[in-house]
Amino acid sequence: MKVSILQFPGTNCEHDTVHAFEKLGADTEIVWHKSETIPEGTDLIVVAGGFSYGDYLRSGAIAKFSPVMKAVTEYANNGGKVLGICNGFQVLTEAGLLPGALKRNDNLHFISKHHTLKVENNDNIFLEKLNKGDVVNIPIAHHDGNYYIDEASLKDLKTNNQILLTYSDADGAIKNPNGSVDSIAGVCNISKNVFGLMPHPERAMEAILGSDDGVKMLEGFLAS
Amino acid sequence: MITAIVNISLKAGVLDSQGKAVHHALDSLHFKNVEDVRVGKQVVLKLNTDDKEQAMSDATKMCEEILANTVIEDYEIELV
Repeated sequence: MKVSILQFPGTNCEHDTVHAFEKLGADTEIVWHKSETIPEGTDLIVVAGGFSYGDYLRSGAIAKFSPVMKAVTEYANNGGKVLGICNGFQVLTEAGLLPGALKRNDNLHFISKHHTLKVENNDNIFLEKLNKGDVVNIPIAHHDGNYYIDEASLKDLKTNNQILLTYSDADGAIKNPNGSVDSIAGVCNISKNVFGLMPHPERAMEAILGSDDGVKMLEGFLAS
Repeated sequence: MITAIVNISLKAGVLDSQGKAVHHALDSLHFKNVEDVRVGKQVVLKLNTDDKEQAMSDATKMCEEILANTVIEDYEIELV
C-alpha cells in the first residue's frame, strides 16, 4: 500500500498524515505541488490539511491550479482513490472533484476541538470498517468548514449515499458546530473514489492523545 | 488600458454570516434603518487592452475560473 501525500506552500498536516499511514503499515511519500506526476504505484492520494497559499482569495482556490492537481484529477477520473482532509477537502471542492463548497463558519470563529461525528453511510472503502450510526471522536480545526450545497444537489447526495459523516453529539443526534447544510462533515463523489472531510482522522491515531478513532477510518483504505 | 472592477458576493439565499455580524454591530451603534447587510470582496484588474468587449470577456473568464466560486458566489464586472 502506497500513499502519496500532497504538499502545497502552507500545507501543515502532511507529517501527521505520514505518521498516521505509516502507523497502519503503509509506505508514504510527500509530493511537492510542482510535481506534474503522481509517484508510480500510488494506491491513495491524500490532499493534506493546512492553509495552502495562505487561504488567499478563498480556501483551496489557488491550490487547484498547482501543476500536481492536473495529475490528481486524471488519477481520480481513472478511478484512483483520493482523500482530502480539511484544507484538502476545500481544494477538492474548488477543483470540482467533490460537490458543494466550504464557507466561513456561521459563528465566524476558528473552531479547534474534538467533535463527535456520526457515520451516515459505510458502503464505501473509506468507512467500511465502521457501522452506519457509529459515533467517532475526531478533532476539527477550521475557519471555513461550513459546507454548502444547493437543495437539488443535496437530494442527489442523499440518493447516492454520498454523505459520509455528520457532526453530532455523543449519542448521534445532530449537533452542528459551523452551520453546515444538514450538519455535513464529509462527502464523497458519486463513483465513491474521491472523499473529503473537514475533521482530521490523522490527528486521532493515539488513545493517549485523546482518541484513536481515526485508525478505524483510515484502515478502510488499507483493506482495499 | 481598461480597469475592470469585479465585485464578488455570496449568492442571494446563501447565508452571509459576516453580513449578519456587521448588521448586528450597526444595530448596536443605533443605525436602526439598515434592512440588510451583505459583505463581499472587490478585485480590481488593470487589463492591457482598449477593447471593451475583449476586456469583459477576459474578466468573465477569470471570474468563472478562479475569482469567484460560482457554487456559492455571484460576481459583477464593471469596466472603467
